[in-house]
Amino acid sequence: MKNREDIAWCPGCGNFAILNALKQALSELKIPLNKLVLVSGIGQAAKIPQYFKTNYFNGLHGRALPPAVGIKSANPNLTVIAESGDGDMYGEGGNHFIHTIRRNPDITNIIHNNMVYGLTKGQASPTSEIGFKTPVQTNGVILEPFNPISVAIALDASFVARAFAGDIKETKEIIKTAIKHQGYSLVDIFQPCVTFNKINTYDWFKENTYYLDKSYDKNNRIEAFKKSIEHQKFPLGIFYVSKNKKTFEQNLLVYKLNKQPLYKKSIDIQKLSKLIYLKK
Amino acid sequence: MSEVSIVLCGEAGQGIQTVEKVFTNIAKKAGFFVFSTKEYMSRVRGGSNSTLIRISSEPVAAYIDRIDILIALSEYALEHLSHRISKKTLILGEKNHIKNNKKYKIIEISFSHIAKELGSKVFSNIIAVGLISALCRINRIITKDEIKSFFLKKKKIVVEKNINALDKGYDIGLDLIGNKNVRFEISSPHNHHDEIIINGTEAIALGALAGGCNFISSYPMSPSTGVLTFLSQHSPDFNCIVEQAEDEISAINMALGAWYAGARAMVTTSGGGYALMTEGISLAGMIESPIVIHLAQRPAPATGLPTRTEQADLEHALYSSHGEFPKIIFSPSTIVNGFYLTQKAFNLADKYQVPVYILTDQYFVDSFYNIPNLSLRNIRNKNYFVRTIKEYKRYKITKNGISPRGIPGYGNGIVCVDSDEHDELGHITESMDIRKEMVDKRLRKFKEIKKEIFPPIFFGKKDYNILIVGWGSTYNTLKEAISFLKNKDVSLLHFNQVYPLHPDTKKYLLKAKKTIIVENNSTSQFSKLIKLHTGYEVTNHVLQYTGLPFSVETIVDRINLILKGEKR
Repeated sequence: MKNREDIAWCPGCGNFAILNALKQALSELKIPLNKLVLVSGIGQAAKIPQYFKTNYFNGLHGRALPPAVGIKSANPNLTVIAESGDGDMYGEGGNHFIHTIRRNPDITNIIHNNMVYGLTKGQASPTSEIGFKTPVQTNGVILEPFNPISVAIALDASFVARAFAGDIKETKEIIKTAIKHQGYSLVDIFQPCVTFNKINTYDWFKENTYYLDKSYDKNNRIEAFKKSIEHQKFPLGIFYVSKNKKTFEQNLLVYKLNKQPLYKKSIDIQKLSKLIYLKK
Repeated sequence: MSEVSIVLCGEAGQGIQTVEKVFTNIAKKAGFFVFSTKEYMSRVRGGSNSTLIRISSEPVAAYIDRIDILIALSEYALEHLSHRISKKTLILGEKNHIKNNKKYKIIEISFSHIAKELGSKVFSNIIAVGLISALCRINRIITKDEIKSFFLKKKKIVVEKNINALDKGYDIGLDLIGNKNVRFEISSPHNHHDEIIINGTEAIALGALAGGCNFISSYPMSPSTGVLTFLSQHSPDFNCIVEQAEDEISAINMALGAWYAGARAMVTTSGGGYALMTEGISLAGMIESPIVIHLAQRPAPATGLPTRTEQADLEHALYSSHGEFPKIIFSPSTIVNGFYLTQKAFNLADKYQVPVYILTDQYFVDSFYNIPNLSLRNIRNKNYFVRTIKEYKRYKITKNGISPRGIPGYGNGIVCVDSDEHDELGHITESMDIRKEMVDKRLRKFKEIKKEIFPPIFFGKKDYNILIVGWGSTYNTLKEAISFLKNKDVSLLHFNQVYPLHPDTKKYLLKAKKTIIVENNSTSQFSKLIKLHTGYEVTNHVLQYTGLPFSVETIVDRINLILKGEKR
C-alpha cells in the first residue's frame, strides 16, 4: 500500500487515523489488493480510496452503496468495502443505506462520522447535534440527529458497530471483524473534524464515549437497540450481530449451481433459441 | 375483404388481455397474420380500456381506427370509441351496454348472462373468444387446443368450464353467420408455422439476453416494467441477476457497479425514472462505463399520462446528464429491429464504453405481431474487457480514445475509476493539461462511433419528389399509410438510430422537393435534431400528442392534406 504525498485532509484530521486503522486491518487480514474494491461517494472521507493501491470505484455523492451491491453481486469473490462520510451515506444516500441493509450483501460499510460537512465547509450533517451552529444553521441545528445504529438494528442489520478514530487499535479490530463477517456490516466511526467541528473534538469524544463490556450480548436485538439510543455517553464496539442471515449473493439463483462470477459465464444460446421457439 | 379489425372494449379487470393473448395465438395458429395493441387507463379496475386485434391474410403491423367488429363489454364502450365506430361496424354486446342505439349495426349478446349459466361471470371473455373465432371461420379444434394450452397449469375443471364457454361462444358465432347473415370473409390463410408472435417488450428483453445481458436493476414504471418482469421470469435459465432497486438512482448506479465488475448490465425505465438516472448516466460518461438503457416513452411532463404513448423523450435522452461525452441512441422501428438493436446495444456499449439507449414507447412495447423466427445464427457477442497487467492504466491515452477496460480480480493490475476528473491511472487530478487530454480522449471515441451508424430504412421509389421522415415506433404505420396515399410519388425515410445521425441523411433530404416529418410529439424534436446536424429544415410536420399512437387513417388524411397544399 502506498502513501501518496498530496493528501487532501487537514493536519490532525480523524481521517488519518481511520486510514491507518483500515490499512492495518487489510494488511493483517492478508486480503490480496487486486481482489479488493473500495467504493466511495463524494466528500473528504470519500477520498480514502485515493490513498490505497487497490481497485476502487469513486462514484457519485451519496451513491457508494448501489455500485458496491452491483460489484459484489457481479463477482462475489471480491472483497467490497463501501466507505464515505456521514453526509454522503446518511444524507444524500439515506435511501440506499436503508435498502442495502435490507438487501444484506456481503460488504463492509464504513462511515466517517464527524457530525459536520467538511468539503462544503462546515454546514450541518444528518448526525449534527441539536443546537450545533454553522454558517447555514445560524441559530443552531433544530433537526433530530440521525441515529444510524438504531436504524440499522431496527432493520435487523447483519452486523452493527461503532468505533472512535481516536483509538486506532480498537477501530482496526472492529473493522477486521466487520470484514470477516458474512453479510452487510456497518461500522460507524466517530471522527473529529479539527477544522469545522469545534464541539465534538477528540477530547469531547473521549469524555462522551465508552466501550461495551465483554459481558454484553451482541445477539440480543432489544438490548442492542437500548444501547443504540443511549446518548449521555455513546457506547462503542459491536452492538449487534444477527445470526444465520443469508447474504444477498447467497440468495441469488444465479449462484445456486455455479459459483463463478458473471464475467466467466456466458449466455446459453440454445436455451434462448428454445425460448423464442415457444413464442410460435 | 382481406382482413378483419376486431376491438374489445371494457373495464380494467374484465380479462380483455386474456382475450388478446388467447385470440392472437388462435388466429396465428390458424394461419393468419395478426396484429394487436392496447390502449388502457392508469387504474387497476374500472375505466375504459380497448384492445385492437387485426387478423389478415397479408402482413399487418400497424394501428388503425377502423373497427369491423366491436365487442362492447361495458356501458361506456360505445362512448369511449365513438370516434372510431362507423355504420359498417358490427357491435356485439349486452343490452344494457349498447342501449339499442339505432344509429349503428348492433346485435345483442348477453355475455355475462350466458357466462353465469356456465358457472361464473368470469367466462364472458372466453365466450367472446369463441364468438370471434367462429366469425373469422377459424377451425374449432384450433381454438380448443389453444384454450387447453393457455390454461395448462389450471385444474381440470377450470379447463373444462373454459372449453364450454368457448363452445358456447363459437355456437353463437355460427348462429350469427347462419341466421343473421353476418359475413366476414377473409381470404384463405397462409401457412407460416415457423413464425413467432411477440410484442415490443419481449423483443427488447429477448434482444438483451441475446446480447449477453446478465444484470438488470430497475424500478417499476409503466410502460417499461415488462422488460424487468420478462427477464425476472427467465433469469434462472440465463444467469441473469434481476434486482428491483429502491429507486432509479440506485438502479443505474448498481448497473454501473455491475459493469465495472464484469457484468453486462441494463436498466429499463420511462421518462420520470430516467430523469432520476441522469446523474448516473453522467457518471458512466466520466468513468467510461458501458451501460444499456431501455427508455420506454410515455407522455410527460411529470407523471403525464402514465399508460399512454408519445415520442417526446428524444431530447431528454440526448441532452440529459451534465458534461460532454458521447452516447448512442437507437429507436427500434419494428419488433425484429428491436431485438437485433438491443443485442447490438450491449456490444457497442462494451466496445466504446458509452451509454447506449433503446428508445421505445408504450405503443411499441404493447404491440404484438407475427414475425419470422428470430435467427440467432449470426449473433456475435464480444466481451471487450482485458486481463490487466501490473502496470495497468484504466484511462490510458490512445489514438482512438478507447482505453482497454480491465475489471477487478481479472489479472494482476488494479482498476481505478473516479467520478472526478482523473489521470490515466484513474486518480483524481486537477491538472488542466490532463483535463484537456481526458476530454479529448472521451470525445475521440465519438469519431469511432460515427463509423458504424445504422443507416435509415428507405422504402419506396428511388426517384421520389416527396419524402416522409419518421423514427422509432411509427415505421409500420407510415409504411401502410403510404400505400393508401393518392399521390404515388412518396417515399419513406425511417430512422432506427436517431443519434448520431447517419451521414447520408442530408443527401436523402436534399433529393426531395417536399419533406414531411411525422412525430408523436408536439415540438417535432427529431426535425430539430436534423436541422442541427445537417442544416436542413423540414417544413411540413405531422404531429400528434394526444397520448394515442398514430393510426394509418390519421397519417393518410393529414399527408393528403399537406400534399393538396392545404394548411391544417
